[in-house]
Amino acid sequence: MEQAPAQALRHHPAPPQNFIRKYIFSIDHKVIGKQYLGLALLSAFVGMVLSWAMRIHLGWPDASIPLLGRLSPNGAPGGVMTPEYYLSLMTMHGTIMAFFVLTAAPLSGFGNYFLPIQVGAEDMAFPRINMSSFWITFIGFILAALTFVIPDGPPISGWTAYPPLSAVGPDAGPGQGWGQNLWGLSIACFTVASLLGSLNFLATTLDMRTKGMTLSRLPISVWGWFITAALGLLAFAVLLPCALLLILDRLAGTSFYIPGGLVLADRVQPHNGGSPLLFQHLFWFFGHPEVYLIILPAFGIIGHVLPTFIRKPLLGGWKVLTACMMLIALLSLVVWGHHMFVSGMSPYSAMLFSVPTMFITIPSIIAMLIWIFSLYGADIRFSTPALFALGFLSLFISGGIGGFFLAQPSTDSYLHATYFVVGHFHFTMGISAVFAIFAGFYYWFPKMTGRMMDETLGKIHFWASFIGMYGIFMPMHFLGFAGHVRRYSALVDDYLVPLLGTQRFISIAALVVGAVQMLFFFNFIWSYFKGKKAAENPWEATTLEWETTSPPPIDNFGGRRLTVYHGPMEYNVAGSRGDYVMQASPEPAAARAGD
Amino acid sequence: MSSVIYPQPAADAGAARAVRSASRPAKAVPSYTAIWLVVGSISMSFAALTSALIVRQDIGMDWKPFVLPPILYLNTLVLLASSVTLEVARKELAATYLRSETRPHPRKWFYATLALALLFVLGQFLAWRNLAAQGLFLATNPSSSFFYLFTGLHGLHVFGGVLGLLYANHRSMRGLRFAAGGPLNVAAVYWHFMAILWVYLLLILRIRM
Repeated sequence: MEQAPAQALRHHPAPPQNFIRKYIFSIDHKVIGKQYLGLALLSAFVGMVLSWAMRIHLGWPDASIPLLGRLSPNGAPGGVMTPEYYLSLMTMHGTIMAFFVLTAAPLSGFGNYFLPIQVGAEDMAFPRINMSSFWITFIGFILAALTFVIPDGPPISGWTAYPPLSAVGPDAGPGQGWGQNLWGLSIACFTVASLLGSLNFLATTLDMRTKGMTLSRLPISVWGWFITAALGLLAFAVLLPCALLLILDRLAGTSFYIPGGLVLADRVQPHNGGSPLLFQHLFWFFGHPEVYLIILPAFGIIGHVLPTFIRKPLLGGWKVLTACMMLIALLSLVVWGHHMFVSGMSPYSAMLFSVPTMFITIPSIIAMLIWIFSLYGADIRFSTPALFALGFLSLFISGGIGGFFLAQPSTDSYLHATYFVVGHFHFTMGISAVFAIFAGFYYWFPKMTGRMMDETLGKIHFWASFIGMYGIFMPMHFLGFAGHVRRYSALVDDYLVPLLGTQRFISIAALVVGAVQMLFFFNFIWSYFKGKKAAENPWEATTLEWETTSPPPIDNFGGRRLTVYHGPMEYNVAGSRGDYVMQASPEPAAARAGD
Repeated sequence: MSSVIYPQPAADAGAARAVRSASRPAKAVPSYTAIWLVVGSISMSFAALTSALIVRQDIGMDWKPFVLPPILYLNTLVLLASSVTLEVARKELAATYLRSETRPHPRKWFYATLALALLFVLGQFLAWRNLAAQGLFLATNPSSSFFYLFTGLHGLHVFGGVLGLLYANHRSMRGLRFAAGGPLNVAAVYWHFMAILWVYLLLILRIRM
């Protein structure tokens, strides 16, 4: 565990003085973390606005959105979006949210800022690679955003970009020319940046830990980031060739994914013998781990935040929860076929994918039970981060229950491509992860800025979001049961017309929840400038980030090298100064009260 | 420079053993960890491409095999030879370090490695020319698509390896930072992996053509 001083002290000879090196092309992991979080907030706002436009159209198909008409005169003539433009918005909503918000914020944002501090390092192992990770991600975001302003418009093939639609070019519809090309390049950038980021996370956790920071003393959040980075290194490595073959089919005329004899726009496409299913296999080999790339850092954040507010260690300590996360990561690599039950897969293969899919619920349920039963007898401090952590549990469990229906080929055949799936994945990987991000924001904001966020606004934000999210995504499950197909822009003259009321209810809930998020933005900005000054350790937590000033100095600990003596969850300790013992405190951990 | 990362020569140990231990990876060197992670990640990418090849060949029914250009086998020997010269270069550097010599070391084996690397890339290019002369291009047939894809991607990674070697050499010039975790050793892991990867790709292509 011993860390060579030469290795540890080499990064920050002197803090950079000029603006560009300090705030823009900074190699300080804290600045990079904040850049990622800023990009994620911006992306979240864009993604949310896109969903508003879609929700308005779904609830009131004839309603005109003048701004949209101005943004894209072809896609929304007179402000009423065409079915194709609805698909464009949906594609970009999914892409931006899944990649630039949910993958970027919990992993790259909080992970960058706090992983080095929590292991007692001065910076990431490779600060320059870290900086390039962010800027490559940023280029990816710009490429994705550009699709809105090019005449072609954004692609319509969804965030999964299934061929042949995504592979054949402009013949497939609006946005399938340069829109899809830019989209592909954007994802390629994001993938490369994520691979570089994973390298940094893994090497830092393995090699940069301070004295005494054994694996058994790592905070759960570090475990979350570490396991996610390992999974990302494998999953993104498959997405890259998958996307490369797609780009070659589009630009070089190869036929990896495009079958022969395909007629589009009255033209036989000049391709032969390719397999769209090949793409699906490669894509979902990445795509299923991707949802765990999103949720495992969330698990880590919740596992880190919750013990602070329930003032006791998690049931089973770090071992059981970490083992669960590892098992989830491992199993996530062998379940991709459950996205393809209705693709003509043989029932035997379907069973092969169904069984591990059912198995993966076991570690997930154990993790949930750990958190729930840890609450038993706890003296819970209901601060805003704690509320969001508890909200996460509720939302994840509600969404997870829907998973049982989808894991079985027989029921999935009915529910596939309905709103049931939309409700399910928004609960599990969408909103749950967002709640974990919020828990992280409220929890670490004092450390990052030196000021507290307003608790009253935070609590209003929580309750309105919590109830509102159920208002949005629970009815989607019922729509799915009723057979409501997803990805249709409107269902006016159809057997689903009776469901329009439910759609409107969801739309209203979505607009309200969206408006409530403005409270968060306001709280964020107001607290940044005017919030109450934060102490070094306002939550009375134990991990190393609370051993330093708020915000931490450039080398994190002001020239000190901390030595770690304890695990991260020494709460409810009798005979200590408070009821907790910090990781770097040399005092012995006395017997736990009540033990 | 810390003794934890760059072990000092042990006076009592035999010369050969000292050379071995000086060029062995020490613990807790991030770049050394990272290069193995890179190797794992690249392996994963090529595993995905291999599965794509197998699926595409078996499903498509339009696969036209062709005879691999014979120069590929010569290229293989060249790349394997470059691995050997790199090892010799590394051992020589370690020995120089142990003799505590400070004068710049003649790096003929290192430059031989670079020359062989460039020869390999040239040879691969000639293989492409050979295929093009037969009328086989990237989009002609899935078999040629995968051929260009495998050789092209491997070539790109080799090119990255050459840059890595140059960088490592540049860093080693500034001081004898060759011991475990030193840049040249990190680059060497990657370089040997390139040779192994190429042998694997050639086997796959040979079997499936």
